[in-house]
Amino acid sequence: MTSPFNLSRRGLLAAGAGVAAASLAGCGTSSTTSSSSGSADLSKVKATMWGLSGKPNEQILTNSVAAFNKLGKGNVEVTFFQNDAYKQKIRTAVGAGEAPALIYGWGGGILKGYADAGQVLDLTSWVNGQSAWKSKFVDATWGAGTINDKIFAVPTNNTQPIVMYYNTKLFDQVGASIPTTWDDVLKLVDTFNSKGIAPFSLGGGSKWTSMMWMEYLFDRIGGPTVFSNIFAGKKDSWGDESAMKAYKMVQDLVAANGFIKGFNTVTADSNADLALLYTGKAAMMLHGGWAYGAMKSAQPDFVKNSLKFSLFPSISGGKGDPKAVVGNPANYWSISAKASADEQAVAKAWLTEGMFSEADVDAFIASGGVPVVKVAKDKVTTSADKDFLSFIYSSITAAPTFQQSWDQALSATQAEALLNNISQLFSKQIGPDQFASNLNATI
Amino acid sequence: MSLLALPSLFIFVTFAVVPLFGVVVLSFTKWDGIGDILPNGVDSWRVVLADPMTWHALGLTLTIMVASWLVQTPLCLLLGTFIAGHQRYRSVLAVLFFLPLLLSSAAIAIAFKSLLDPNFGLGAGLHLPILNQDWLGVDLAFPVVIGVIAWQFIPFHTLLYQGGVRQIPVQLYEAAEIDGAGRIQQFFTITLPQLKYTVITSSTLMLVGSLTYFDLVFVMTEGGPGNATRILPLDMYIRGFKANQMGAASVLAVFLVVLGLAMALGVQRLGGKDKAASQLEGM
Repeated sequence: MTSPFNLSRRGLLAAGAGVAAASLAGCGTSSTTSSSSGSADLSKVKATMWGLSGKPNEQILTNSVAAFNKLGKGNVEVTFFQNDAYKQKIRTAVGAGEAPALIYGWGGGILKGYADAGQVLDLTSWVNGQSAWKSKFVDATWGAGTINDKIFAVPTNNTQPIVMYYNTKLFDQVGASIPTTWDDVLKLVDTFNSKGIAPFSLGGGSKWTSMMWMEYLFDRIGGPTVFSNIFAGKKDSWGDESAMKAYKMVQDLVAANGFIKGFNTVTADSNADLALLYTGKAAMMLHGGWAYGAMKSAQPDFVKNSLKFSLFPSISGGKGDPKAVVGNPANYWSISAKASADEQAVAKAWLTEGMFSEADVDAFIASGGVPVVKVAKDKVTTSADKDFLSFIYSSITAAPTFQQSWDQALSATQAEALLNNISQLFSKQIGPDQFASNLNATI
Repeated sequence: MSLLALPSLFIFVTFAVVPLFGVVVLSFTKWDGIGDILPNGVDSWRVVLADPMTWHALGLTLTIMVASWLVQTPLCLLLGTFIAGHQRYRSVLAVLFFLPLLLSSAAIAIAFKSLLDPNFGLGAGLHLPILNQDWLGVDLAFPVVIGVIAWQFIPFHTLLYQGGVRQIPVQLYEAAEIDGAGRIQQFFTITLPQLKYTVITSSTLMLVGSLTYFDLVFVMTEGGPGNATRILPLDMYIRGFKANQMGAASVLAVFLVVLGLAMALGVQRLGGKDKAASQLEGM
């Protein structure tokens, strides 16, 4: 039965699909290529930038960019993404040659991947050519942006060691004090559980949150060499004696209900793990330095009245220095090699003249962070959050080592296997032996 | 007239056949997504086939497929038959049943994730301890995912069955009534046989569709905890876009294509070869 009506309708559908396809193709590329050369007028040039959403850094970056755009040295257009979504999207974009001019990142293994593929600009001579500007930054933070002695990324934002946070209201309620050793921690787990309070908040669904525990246990038990062996690709290094001990301690803590019920499904993206601490459902939390600012935005009263913090407790018999820290030395900006020369010029202008303006530094400090510039040192002592900020500043300066977060230090392939196995270890789907052999296979 | 098919053919080739070919080629290479694409023979195939994760993911996918069919088909059949009636209260109920159809998978996943949150979810909000389970924990995550998938897709298949039931000539029922058949007997001897092709269509969509469940599971559990809900499409995505092993991910993609085609053809065959056979003989 073929009536002309049927056919024409099908034709119409096909035409509709054609229009859809054409408009789809239209939104693939949107890079503006204004090909003027040299030091032409950049005020009309737009450089794209992708940043991370979420308080307080989103607002600080928005303001910083807006202030820069008024200088007439070009326009930076910033788009924000959620942390986990960004990590995927940026890689796909870089791979497809459609990265923004300014690429946000964490340095380390992922940056190395970009650098190896020639997707980010080698900034070495440009950075070294402006020594006054270069020396504004805390020296140690250039490290994770440097690959094989070449600078591919400029440090930004706050330095973010991972620290312990405590809800003192709950500590007062059970009459306990802040733990300084692992034995204290184990005792507190029992104390809080017996009062019906969850000892530790953990956003285990995000996996890197659980990884922070492993990083500290490795370091406190066996010192920095345990992970540096892994990083160097030494055979069987995930099966190191100290590492095996760390796996067991994790599973013991899980078995003792150390983490809040259902922690495997709590995710850090929505800051649900922080909420557990400040709403009094959990008494303690191991988290990055950014958690302070996020909690301050969400619950200023809690941060003011009932928040305490300390370094990760020491472990008796451990080889590690209890002053050592792990975390993110800084965040980083790289410049896409695929951006036009004008866009790159605007991006560089933003890095030198837009980022870390006086107002930016003050805003970072006001939000509860220690920005990675030297002027922060004096400013933190007069800030409203001087307790926390001085603690962070003195911790990172006193630390013998500042281990970069594993998932950023390792290659993406290794990091994925690591996070997947950590999730299984914490949910007790695998034991220490299986964990070690699974990860040894990735070396 | 056949020229009119050209635009759709063009779109099909560009967006389905060419990428398919690309995936087959990629499965014989090593590529991290941003560097050079290096041919590496059957290495990716060997790695993927030897990896227990692949078989775990395939097992979960097949389980989801069977469980989804078993859960959804009877419910859809009954609901579809029920709302095919012309009574007004049934139309009102039908509107309610179809609500999930209006929501995107991501929205559904986020909503359920929040409702099922062990600390801030429905159980905590209503102070009902019975709802306060670790719904997305190791033991319950997989059945919960199957349940949410059913919640999302039952309206669609119900719609198919409703349409099917309404096509059945009313004379059949009138004749059955005169012969003294009750409602249940009518259902089994008239409705069900007459819905044969609807069942096949719905089953094909369900079985092949369950090979591609991704968004819902990705947003709700990301395959976790551990690997408890890491179904094949998710495994493919994680290998490709998180571990940056496009070769291995492409192997899984080829896997899924072959499985999907085989499944679609298999279900169609169940319907019998004689496509022209009439179900309304003697009417």
